[in-house]
Parts: sequence; structure tokens; C-alpha cells
Amino acid sequence: MLNKRNKNDFSQLKVINISHGDGGLKTGELINNFILKYLKNELLEKLEDSASLYIKNEKIAFTADSFVVEPIFFPGGDIGKLSICGTVNDLVTTGCTPFALSLSLILEEGFPLKELENILISIRKTIKEVNLSNNGIDLRIVTGDTKVVGKGFADKIFINTSGIGLNQSNIEISPSKIKVGDSILINGGIGEHGLAILSQRKEFNFKTNLLSDCAPLNSLVNDICKSSDKIHAMRDATRGGLARVLIEMSQASKTTFEIDKVSIPIKKEIKGLCEFLGMDPFYIANEGKMIIFVESKDEQKVLGAMKRNKYGKDSQLIGKVAKKSQGVVIINTEIGTKRILDLHYSEQLPRIC
Amino acid sequence: MKIKEICSEINIFVRDLNKKSINIMEVCGTHTMEIARNGLKQLLPPEINLISGPGCPVCVTPTIEIDRIIEIINNYDITIFSFGDMIKVPGSTSSLAYEKSKGKDVVICYSPLYALEFAANNPDKNVIFIAIGFETTAPLTSVIVKRANDKKLRNFFIYCTHKIIPPALEALLKDKEIQIDGLLLPGHVSAIIGSTPYKFISNLYNIPGVISGFDPEGILQAVKMILIQLLKKKPKIEIEYKSVVREEGNTIAINQIHEVFEVEDSVWRGLGNIPGSGLKLKPDFSEFDAKLKFPIKKLISTEPKKCECGNVLKGIKKPDECKLFSKLCTPDNPIGPCMVSSEGTCAAYYKFYRLRY
Repeated sequence: MLNKRNKNDFSQLKVINISHGDGGLKTGELINNFILKYLKNELLEKLEDSASLYIKNEKIAFTADSFVVEPIFFPGGDIGKLSICGTVNDLVTTGCTPFALSLSLILEEGFPLKELENILISIRKTIKEVNLSNNGIDLRIVTGDTKVVGKGFADKIFINTSGIGLNQSNIEISPSKIKVGDSILINGGIGEHGLAILSQRKEFNFKTNLLSDCAPLNSLVNDICKSSDKIHAMRDATRGGLARVLIEMSQASKTTFEIDKVSIPIKKEIKGLCEFLGMDPFYIANEGKMIIFVESKDEQKVLGAMKRNKYGKDSQLIGKVAKKSQGVVIINTEIGTKRILDLHYSEQLPRIC
Repeated sequence: MKIKEICSEINIFVRDLNKKSINIMEVCGTHTMEIARNGLKQLLPPEINLISGPGCPVCVTPTIEIDRIIEIINNYDITIFSFGDMIKVPGSTSSLAYEKSKGKDVVICYSPLYALEFAANNPDKNVIFIAIGFETTAPLTSVIVKRANDKKLRNFFIYCTHKIIPPALEALLKDKEIQIDGLLLPGHVSAIIGSTPYKFISNLYNIPGVISGFDPEGILQAVKMILIQLLKKKPKIEIEYKSVVREEGNTIAINQIHEVFEVEDSVWRGLGNIPGSGLKLKPDFSEFDAKLKFPIKKLISTEPKKCECGNVLKGIKKPDECKLFSKLCTPDNPIGPCMVSSEGTCAAYYKFYRLRY
């Protein structure tokens, strides 16, 4: 893959550059050309949000995530809440119930203890919310680590969480289950997390009421799975936005998706800001959005269940799985034309999650 | 639906014109992107050939300018502020993104005000803002230069690569290789300069020009207006984007530009040297000119081999007619700037037309 490259790719093989973290093609290259190159196995190469492990015939989900968001406190959340939501959401996308978490902290010398406390309080509060609808399981942080580095060697706090989930109901949910004719649903408006973060960055200077959509989606997923046994796949949209999820799922399932642009929920303020900043909301990060693939006959039942959930009030049907193919996403525009949705372009927003 | 009506009329006018091909140049890169994003070509009859133009400031910046900026940051201790697209454009042996990954202080900003604020708060650092863009962004650069002057900042500079559109359009119209029947004129540039500077297009070259907005309806309406002018054989400069553009333009912004900048010759990638097409700081503001403050040795650069950016910018070639397109030249590994820029024609093609379904 790397053999025939243009000599203008100055970054090739030499250093990490910031776009390696954008969740788009460059991140994919890093994973494929380095991580998989040296560590490949049949589980890792699936590159799913969480790995399905079989231990004595019991299926468990295992996932890990790191959080470097800047600023660490943002409208609608903070790095602590994010670290729990991110890992919980990765576990529930395979239909598993979050069972246990680890929490590792890298702290910069000089980081105020008061801020650390606020983050830990937020973590505790988020776990408490998860446990309100966790299928009888008491999710807890059961292990972790703390490191301190000198001033300037980390930016206040970096967090890593890993999590284990139990597959209590023996449901199989994965991209390989996606079928032609399936309905594609989303639980609400796109682009909120990314723009909420951006609004706090010094170089932006715009005043908004935007809140990150950062949320634990286990209760939503429970409601969805209770409403139908025809859920084929789910994935949460984070870095790389809705676009990345759709493209990855279409490629993983080798099907063509047809998405109706006009159906995609988006808040007016987000739309206006995107037009003003020249950004495409398809590619902006979310932290509380789940994309669901369900057999079409259960589409309305599932949509109804989603809308009754706190985190699904603006749920919409956004498209269909149209046919088998190499994996492509087609957008039906508002004016009746069609175009391709492509992964190769990504929003350059570092440290968004 | 209004779009349907406009499209039916377009079809009728094209039929009445009875020409095999009607070349309409979308001067502005943002128009190229919006046309591609909305699939507008699917709504137009095949006789209409939309060709790309040089209205993408990053795309028309020659390789040597990137090399010069990199030479400055390698010879002096500088914090450089740039818009995001610029940092990925390849120079001859490096790019600002690569320099950043090597540890050079390269900061992506969305507004030059941030660069100015940084300079004011960090008097021990030399700060250069890469001032790029056409008449749309030049007024803002003028404002920050004046503010720097008022604040008596000694550590803030601009590397000026501003260019102006009308001379480039004239260069295109003089080029016998390019056949243009009509011009879709840039919306934001025209919001500043108005419609008067374009009058030479219809008066001297007999070509219709319509200043267009960016929504699908506006663009299609502008195409229709060009066709009507062709039918009537009465070329003129019209404004479709009436909500934003006035004939006299934005006189305050124009005055800002004249206060701080004077015109100079400028080299455009693909078009070569165009007299009077660039902006440079007036002598009163020369202390903020990074090119004067941070002299470098003379450089020789050439555009990359087989790169067709120049021909794409003139509308002579479509991106997929470049041998490098999507093979060696992709948005993440670009060879030329047309693939990098958010308004670049090659980037638009790569994003929206590359795959067929």
C-alpha cells in the first residue's frame, strides 16, 4: 500500500501529524499500516467499537478509549463524563450491558485538584445515570491507574477508560447482519459535540447556546432492543461524524446506503454555524448519537421507542439499505439530485474527544 | 418548485441557442464545491459545460510562495498563523503541516484577529500571519494591520499573498486556448468590489457575466441569466446575488483595502505573472511586511511534474484528465493545491464525482 507514493508526501513514515487523529482516512492509515501490521489478529482486524470475546462460551464485549478533549470542561459536559459515555456507548453498540470499567489518568503537574475533583464527581454522576437502566448490573470502575508528568508534558489531564460488557440476551448485532431493505435511523441532531467544543476554542470567539450531545446511550439501546428483535446493527457516531459511521458500515456490510439529506435532523444553530464556518455537519463529531439498522417492518416500532427515550426525542428515519455493492453511500439531496458521501475529507478539529 | 421551473427554462434557452456546447466558467472555488455538493450538473442539459476557474486563493498560490514561507520559518524564530488549507499545500520539499510536525510553531487559525491577539500577548515572539485570499479577506487583513499599527506592535507581521480577481479574469479572456461563453462571477468577492470592475468583460470581450449566490436556486438562476444574454446577444454584467451584492460594492471595505495596500504584479499558478493582480503593503505599513523584515535567499522552485493544477485553474482540463488524479494525488497526499483546498476543483471532483454508482 505504501510502495507507490508521491514524493510530496513529506509525512510518510516519518512522524505522526495531527491529521492522524482526525478519525478519517489518515487515522485508518495509521491503524492499517502500523497497528495492524504488527499486531493483527482476527479480532483486532474487525476494528469494531468493541471486540466480542468468547470466554467459556460466554460472549463478552471488551473496549478501550482515550480522551484528550480540549477544553476539558465544555458546554454540556466534561472530559470525565465523556470518558464514561464513550466507553459505555462502544459496549452497547453490540447489544451488551456494561459490566465493569477501568479508569487511567495522566495528570500534568500543576493541574488544580479542584478540577480533578469536579471531573471525578462528573464520572460518578454519569455512572449513576448508566446504572438507572443497566439491566440489573451495577456498573463500577474496578481498577485503574494514575500517572503524573511534569508541567508541559501533558495538557492538564488525559484519560483512558476500558470496559467489559456482558451479552445477556444473546443477541447478535453486527454490520455483517445488515440486509438490503433495512431502515437506517438516528436518534437526533448531528454536529452538536464538535461545534460545542469549537465554540470554546480561543481562536473561534463566537457566542452560542450550543451544548455537546455527550450522553450515555445504554437506556436508549435497551429501549430499542426491547421494541424489536430485528435490530441488525448499531454504531455510535463520534469522531468523523455521521459520515464516517455510514461509510464504514456500508463497506463492512458491502451494501449501498441511500440517505435522504432532508431527513437528517440538525439544529438550526448548527446548520447556520456550519454555513458560516464552511464546515460540513456530516463530518462533525457527535458524542450521543446512535445509528440503527433495523428490518424495515419494525422501523416505526423502533422509531416510536426511540422517541419516548430522553436521548431520542428527535429520532428520524434517514435512509435505507438499497442494494449489495462494494459499499457506497449515496445522498439524495434536497433538490432531487444524487451524490456520493466520501470519507476522504475530514474536518480538521484536533482534540475533539 | 422554483428549481424545476428554472431548469425547464434553461432547457428551452439551450435548445433555442442551438449550440453543441456552451462553456460557462465558475470562477469561484466555492461555486465549484456547491455545484458538486448539490449535484447541479445532473439538472443541466449536456450542452452546458461548466468549467472551473482560478477563484481559489490557495490553489493559485505558486509553489515558490510555500517554499519562501518555509525558508523564513527555518531561518528565523517565528510563530506562524495560517488558515487550515494552506498548511497542507506541498512546497518543493516540505509543507507547513510537515514543518509543524517537526516542531515548528505553526498555528491553524480561523481568524487573523487571533494571530493579532497572540502577538499582543506574547511580545517576545515574532508572529507572522499568512494573509491569503482575494478581495473578500483583504479588508480584514487591512483592519488587523491598522490595529497592529495603533497598538504599536513590533512583533506582528503579515506575509501578504492577497490577489485580486478582475486582472486574472482579463488574463483568462485573452488566452486563446480557453473558450468561455459566459462567466459565473464570484459572490463574496463581488460583495466587496461590486459589479463595476467586471464591466470590461462584456464591454471589451462581449461575454456575459452574472454574479451568483451559493444556493442551488441562485446558481441555476445565474446560469439562466447568462443564457438569456447569449440569446439576446446583449452581454452585460448582472447581479443574481442581490441580497448581498450592490453595484458599487462595499465602499467601506474597498477603502480599507486602499488605505493599507497597493497593487503589484503577482504570479498565479497556472496563469503566470499577471500585472496589477496582487496586493502589497503600502510604505506606511511596510514595518509589518514579513517579506521585508525576514529576508531570505533567492529560491528557485518549479511546479511538480505532471501536475495539471495550472490547466485545471484555467478550465482547460478537468481534474480527472490529470494523470495523477486520485492515483498519486489525493486530498490526504496532495501533489498540487487544487486537491488540498476546501475550494479546490480537484478536491470537489475527488469528493463528489470520483466514485460512480
